[in-house]
Amino acid sequence: MIDIQQQDFDPAEQYRALRESGSGTGAIATFTGLVRDSGDMQGVTGLFLEHYPGMTEQVIEGLIGKASERWDVRQARVIHRVGYLPLGEQIVFVGVCSAHRGDAFAACEFIMDALKTSAPFWKKEITGEGEHWVEQKASDLDRSQGWS
Amino acid sequence: MATDNIITVKFFARLREELGTDSFSIEANPGLTAADLLQSLAKKGGAWAQLDGAQPVMIAVNQEMTKPDKALHPGDEVAFFPPVTGG
Repeated sequence: MIDIQQQDFDPAEQYRALRESGSGTGAIATFTGLVRDSGDMQGVTGLFLEHYPGMTEQVIEGLIGKASERWDVRQARVIHRVGYLPLGEQIVFVGVCSAHRGDAFAACEFIMDALKTSAPFWKKEITGEGEHWVEQKASDLDRSQGWS
Repeated sequence: MATDNIITVKFFARLREELGTDSFSIEANPGLTAADLLQSLAKKGGAWAQLDGAQPVMIAVNQEMTKPDKALHPGDEVAFFPPVTGG
């Protein structure tokens, strides 16, 4: 399940949905990302998130598919918010259920790392003085490439 | 321009803002690649000049990431955008 949405989400509700994925499930790993100050600029008050409708969903679908080929993935849920998001808001959720914890942890981390470098989202930081587009970080590329 | 012989060109994020456009259509020419299109757009000068390779540009054709040498065909949607920063 993939949702690209402006509105907030409830991680507990997502967890409940993951628990209902069947009797073979022995582990659920979830990740929630929050809006933070990237440190590139002073006085950041929030972010504006843009995406490429259609392609975004397709790319994330592909990442879940890749994770499922590599690990035991019973169900995966990804939510990514777009639009204006103040500091501290939830921005992204990845949840994976699997038979065992190793697969759940790995698939969840892989989907999140790969999403950051391949899903067409762009962040713009908003400050009291103005706004600027966030640059891609080499450390994010390294993490993503570490899985290949 | 016949609607069945066009390529839709899209821009996102910083490129969309700096170029002042999010989408337009061009006529499809046989053999045209994404790199050719970037080069011809860069010749418009100003903010467009960055499309000559001065800044990293990612390319998607029909919503799939692709290399610059990808050939463009009638009906294709080609998108140019900066490296992604979601998550």
